[in-house]
Amino acid sequence: MQLFKDLWQDYRFKWSFTILCGLMIFASLSFFSPYDPTLWHEVPRDLPPSAEYYLGTESRGIDIFWMSTFAVRNSVIVALIAGIVSRLITVPVALIAGYKGGSTDRVLMFISDSFLVIPLFLILVMLTLLVRDKMNLITLGILLALFGWAWDARVIRSEVLTLRERGFTYTAILSGTGTFRMAMNEYMPFITPLVFATLINVMSWAIGLEITLSILGLTNLDIPTLGTMIFWALSYQAVLLGYWWWIATPVVLSIFLFVSLYWLSVSISEYLDPRSRIQRVGA
Amino acid sequence: MSFVKGYLIPRLIQYFLVIFVGITAVFIIPRFAPADPILQTIGALQSRGAYLDPGSMDEMIQDLTELYGLEGSMLDQYGKFWLRLFKGDFGVSFLQFPTPVSKLIRAALPWTIALLVTTTIIGFGVGILLGGVAGYYNRKGWSRALDTTAMLIRPFPYYIFAFGLLILFGYVFQWFPIAGGTTIGRQPSWTWAYISDVLKHAFLPALSLILLGWAAWFQTMKLVVQNVNSSDYVQYAKMGGIKENKIVSRYVIRNGMLPQITALALVIGQIFGGALITEIVFSYPGLGTLLFNAIVNGDYNLIMGITVFSIVAITTAILIIDLLYPFLDPRIRYN
Repeated sequence: MQLFKDLWQDYRFKWSFTILCGLMIFASLSFFSPYDPTLWHEVPRDLPPSAEYYLGTESRGIDIFWMSTFAVRNSVIVALIAGIVSRLITVPVALIAGYKGGSTDRVLMFISDSFLVIPLFLILVMLTLLVRDKMNLITLGILLALFGWAWDARVIRSEVLTLRERGFTYTAILSGTGTFRMAMNEYMPFITPLVFATLINVMSWAIGLEITLSILGLTNLDIPTLGTMIFWALSYQAVLLGYWWWIATPVVLSIFLFVSLYWLSVSISEYLDPRSRIQRVGA
Repeated sequence: MSFVKGYLIPRLIQYFLVIFVGITAVFIIPRFAPADPILQTIGALQSRGAYLDPGSMDEMIQDLTELYGLEGSMLDQYGKFWLRLFKGDFGVSFLQFPTPVSKLIRAALPWTIALLVTTTIIGFGVGILLGGVAGYYNRKGWSRALDTTAMLIRPFPYYIFAFGLLILFGYVFQWFPIAGGTTIGRQPSWTWAYISDVLKHAFLPALSLILLGWAAWFQTMKLVVQNVNSSDYVQYAKMGGIKENKIVSRYVIRNGMLPQITALALVIGQIFGGALITEIVFSYPGLGTLLFNAIVNGDYNLIMGITVFSIVAITTAILIIDLLYPFLDPRIRYN
């Protein structure tokens, strides 16, 4: 609770936390939606926002307000799956590479460097082009996770490297603690905050990539997400026809999502790193 | 000699290994994917209205198998795949049959390189300079204002940011053209009319890449400089009465810049991906738009060609940056 109070001092945390809570409430409204988001021609087409249709309707006869509640929910689900699954790769890799050192470290870091260096976007395009029809939220999330672990593995590994030099590591080794217990009991508490901060970053990255892939038509376009909403708006020429409410809704929602996730992650990691905290206070 | 042994050779080994792994991935992906690329291509052709009778269908499958290099055992295919790459042969495009993929890439490449190199250099330079100065004077109001601006721009993904600029300056204000690299039908020449036309079309894509790139470099540079600020040599220089702007340019920015060059090498792949996406938004005639057309038309050969080419180009660019680094940083040079 004290932690939360401290974080609340930061205006970025205050804003991002409030906006994210708002977006979560918005997304959970989808459970009360009067329409099925996959059905077309449920409402009149191309109506601007009004008291009846809060955010207007689109050319396929779908209510944009209720559609976007589903879109936010699904985008966040993809991001959560990508974030959590990629942590399952990142954390073991970082712990093993940092703790074992030597050639294990070199091999693992070579693999993660390769992932950083290769233009992953193109590889993802190749993959999704072949599997897009069979894709759902879960497979998309897992696919993104396979590509989103490398950078964070480096970040967490460098933290483990500093932990290894600390006194308690030697005490633990000398008292016969095994590698696994060492990692789980001694190191995990130290790296958990970092894992959490990088999780938020990778979620934001996953939402952005989902949008990009969807706009290229490389995901399952029947599932409402922020990306597929933009795809349909663009393919029905919403911009040229002046249906600004159709294109603006997913764009504005995703901007809120990106900025608030980023600010949340920055405020948390600044809080964790006392050096930058002191600089911010101005001591 | 120790430079060659301790730095150059391991770095070169890594370079070839990464290219090897990347291209092997490009080889493996379509072969393990659940969908058959040949049937996909035929499906794409049919969905565009081409009628194929059973005889020509079989012939087509035969041709495509040959073209994609899908004959023989996996190992055979793999060997042939490399052999073809060494000859610079990426096969032919389906989108513009029978133009070779390498020819299409060559035509699109100058646009992408010009856009990418200019925006990366400007974004990097502006970010480093502003970040350095803002980090040194981090108590000033304008420094904090810049910081907040960067905090706002940074989280935007390339597509959304470019799209926002396009809507704002292309549709709403109509200051800049919304698509293409030149006005349609204009012949290339060394006249001011042509050059200004090219610059006008390049402005919005370049602006979007520079603004996004700037924010990231600004932030890391500012953090680094804030730490350099409290270091002994800066304090000493201040007490010694050295002019502030000299401290900033010679001491602070120079020292803070060096780690950023390594960082540039690490993120250049992402910048490249971002440039492709930006090109798609503005229909800029580079590799990105070529890729987009290939995706829309299911032209798998072209996508593979672009990917293989990009892997080699980007790892080479990173290698060059890494090899130039010792010349910039005296500490590494003398070790």
